[in-house]
Amino acid sequence: MTDHKTSKEQKYDRQLRLWGDHGQEALENAHVCLIKATATGTEILKNLVLPGIGAFTIVDGHKVSGEDNCVSITTLSKPKVTCMLNDVVLILQNRAQAATELLQELNSDVSGNFVEESPDKLLDNDPEFFHRFSLVIGVQLPESTCLRLGSVLWDAGVTFLVCRTYGLIGYMRLIVKEHTVIESHPDNALEDLRLDQPFTELKHHIESYDLDSMEKKDHSHTPWIIVVAKYLEKWYSEHNSQLPKNYKEKEAFRQLIREGILTNENGKPEDEENFEEAIKNVNTALNPTKVPSATEDIFNAEQCENITSQSPSFWVMAQGVRDFVRNEGNGKLPVRGTIPDMIADSDKFIKLQNVYRDKAMKDAAVVSKHVKALLQSVGKPPESISEQEIKLFCKNAAFLRVVRCRSLAEEYSMDTFNKDEITSCMDSTDSEKVLYLMLHSVDRFYQQHSRYPGVYNYQVEEDINNLKLCVNSLLQEYSLNVNVKDDYIHEFCRYGAAEPHTVAAFLGGSAAQEAIKIITHQFVPFNNTFLYNAMSQTSATFQL
Amino acid sequence: MAVEGCSIGDWDGRWSHVQKFLERTGPFTHPDFEPSEETLQFLLETCKILVIGAGGLGCELLKNLALSGFRHIHVVDMDIIDVSNLNRQFLFRSKDVGRPKADVAAEFINQRVPGCNVVPHFKKIQDFDASFYRQFHIIVCGLDSIIARRWINGMLLSLLSYEDGVLDPSSIIPLIDGGTEGFKGNARVILLGMTACIDCTLELYPPQITFPMCTIASMPRLPEHCIEYVRVLQWFKDKPFGDAVGLDGDNPEHVQWVFQESLKRAAEFNITGITYRLTQGVVKRIIPAVASTNAVIAASCATEVFKIATSAYIPLNNYLVFNDVDGLYTYTFEAERKDNCTACSQVPQKLQFPPSAKLQEVLEYLTENASLQMKSPAITATLEGKNKTLYLQSIASIEERTRPNLCKTLKELGLADGQELAVADVTTPQTVLFKLNFTSETCSIKQVQH
Repeated sequence: MTDHKTSKEQKYDRQLRLWGDHGQEALENAHVCLIKATATGTEILKNLVLPGIGAFTIVDGHKVSGEDNCVSITTLSKPKVTCMLNDVVLILQNRAQAATELLQELNSDVSGNFVEESPDKLLDNDPEFFHRFSLVIGVQLPESTCLRLGSVLWDAGVTFLVCRTYGLIGYMRLIVKEHTVIESHPDNALEDLRLDQPFTELKHHIESYDLDSMEKKDHSHTPWIIVVAKYLEKWYSEHNSQLPKNYKEKEAFRQLIREGILTNENGKPEDEENFEEAIKNVNTALNPTKVPSATEDIFNAEQCENITSQSPSFWVMAQGVRDFVRNEGNGKLPVRGTIPDMIADSDKFIKLQNVYRDKAMKDAAVVSKHVKALLQSVGKPPESISEQEIKLFCKNAAFLRVVRCRSLAEEYSMDTFNKDEITSCMDSTDSEKVLYLMLHSVDRFYQQHSRYPGVYNYQVEEDINNLKLCVNSLLQEYSLNVNVKDDYIHEFCRYGAAEPHTVAAFLGGSAAQEAIKIITHQFVPFNNTFLYNAMSQTSATFQL
Repeated sequence: MAVEGCSIGDWDGRWSHVQKFLERTGPFTHPDFEPSEETLQFLLETCKILVIGAGGLGCELLKNLALSGFRHIHVVDMDIIDVSNLNRQFLFRSKDVGRPKADVAAEFINQRVPGCNVVPHFKKIQDFDASFYRQFHIIVCGLDSIIARRWINGMLLSLLSYEDGVLDPSSIIPLIDGGTEGFKGNARVILLGMTACIDCTLELYPPQITFPMCTIASMPRLPEHCIEYVRVLQWFKDKPFGDAVGLDGDNPEHVQWVFQESLKRAAEFNITGITYRLTQGVVKRIIPAVASTNAVIAASCATEVFKIATSAYIPLNNYLVFNDVDGLYTYTFEAERKDNCTACSQVPQKLQFPPSAKLQEVLEYLTENASLQMKSPAITATLEGKNKTLYLQSIASIEERTRPNLCKTLKELGLADGQELAVADVTTPQTVLFKLNFTSETCSIKQVQH
């Protein structure tokens, strides 16, 4: 039996190890729309095409300009026959087409399309054009286009990612009503060992050990989980069945375990690594088992309470687990079923691991019963959610996340804009929030002057004053009692709406990964505004 | 209508994005910055950059530099292209598999970015000497090995010149170093002799995952233990493809064999979870990788190259950490120099042992000490006026000859208190000199250098 790898599996091997075959499948079934193939746009798309997004469509009415061709990877397209006029190369190609061709070259698995049209025209004539996409990414869009598009996509339930490179500043805004994540893959998750409330099968298994009567070999290769459990029993008998709570008690408990280390004929302690592991893990192993607050919030959400035939499977399973917690689980989630590696002989470790695994399977089966009953109650076939999905959900029950972003309309509206968030930390006048206000101010400038400030050298000085007026009118309109340093106004004029390649590339990587998170429903997307400052190499995320 | 000041072949507006940062004053520029049209000329015609590595970070770096106006770039990479590179190393196509990365990367950029001249070197960094490295204004690394990083760190340290004990700043070649792993990455700016160097922050690197031999040999619990058993022990016993044939993680037949044997071993111990993918991952020590993280880190690095080359802004001071598992997280801080850094502090390194200590103990200290972390140090000393190799691992005949020395005490070897030991290792291009201090016989605790 050979495990022959397809060439696609070989090509994608390094990323399959991050999001698995099912994540890859989701990626390959996705169709992303990029609006405007500027440097930033093509960088984002490059980082989606390389990992194998199913399809992309570029919407762009512009021709390639000499400026674009400096910073965009479109310049990396195979050399074409172009028109030469007095040593100057005229590039006559539509930007969308040029970008599509280069990107297609990067990965032949991906299908690429382009529409030579401005987004505003499409919104005028055919707004439903955008309904077909898994995700729309809008790059370097004027505020008015952004807001129009935001409204259409919000109503259609299509996720919208706004990206912008402005001089040395990068900006991203995610707009999605509700995005659920089962596999968030947390970096430092606590184990689910149930030592504070061992389930019956675990209790029996612990009882099968008698540390005091063991030979050294067995004693030294008993898993630390068993060691802690045994000494906890001792502790309970002397402390009224109370867990060690504070530092002093935990220290005493550690000492109790340490005294259990075998000694040799000379009374010196033997080398028992498993006991050392037990002592080291006391801090976290005795954490009370409880439902994490993020999961509690999910249980209490309206979507979890009111299941209909339209409910996404995430919420159906959430109610199934919630019912488990409230009944068979006795206030606890289904057992996760994994234990960390630890010093132990193979037999003891595998047996202990199986105790947790079997319990996890049992709990998942109960959850499955709840889920099936729920599906039937809303007239859906019980097989519409697979056992595999339910098992995955149970295993990740402590790590479930829901991301809800406010709409652009809410962010901009006088009644609902997030004044507190914007004004907090503005005392530190170099906070990234200043950059947010500056971006809004240059948008105002654009509305008034039909151009951005400082594009040409001769404009810079004069535009500083004009931009300042825009800043002040913005602050006044929104009653923001904050101070924007003149330095930033000068700097934003200096930028002249430039789109330097390295900043576009930073944003290209960042945005692409957020897009992959949205499409695969793995890992957690940002919520909802991200700002990057290439001058200081710092960044911040706000919820606006 | 050519743009004034640009080279022939530059079309109108080609460098306008860059020019805004070079020809205009600004409130956040570096104190040394002066707006001028000459800076762009410097970038286009004079500035010489070395990119080390043409892989995930290297491809992105070359593109970033080429599209930011840098035209004189050298790239060094000792690897050839593999199919698994194609998900992120975008200068390569499937027809290029098997060819040297440096060559293909250079060809791609040279053909498609008019005016850019990338010179490839299909070589190891150790194949070059000081005269090669000295020609560059800035060096930027996209390496996948700490050993290689330490080596280039040491090489650039050796280029520093001091006059009357004062560092001559013009001898510093700025080193920009990027690293990525899955969704995590970091970028740092190193000005040797002034800021923290690679060795100053060795402890920041997470220790490599290794499994204890007794676990692998007799007490496996995880599927990884079973795979390691086959890789480390069973391969040498069974010699499945011939007597002197080493295990090649890139050879699917080899990996298939390890996979099958691992399944058998796992079955003996009731261990589940062995897959071909896991097997290959363990055998090759595969680190997961995606295009996006490499794009972010290479972009940060290239921004710093630009800042330093042009003095347009104050460079990163000096370490950026990035993680986009949960939202996007960056953390920027100033890594501090270590007062007694073995690489950059010029403080003489001490070895403190009693005369009855065996040479083996010294060897273990050199490899296990957190600040040294040498790989296979070769120790020599001057005895009776002659340079004597006490122990050297990397050449079989010398290893055999000097192996008995490991069991001898320092006194037996003829070493004296205050004697200098010269230690060579892959982690540094220069020999490190240690001073041997004998401690009293009753003091058996080895002093740990902080």
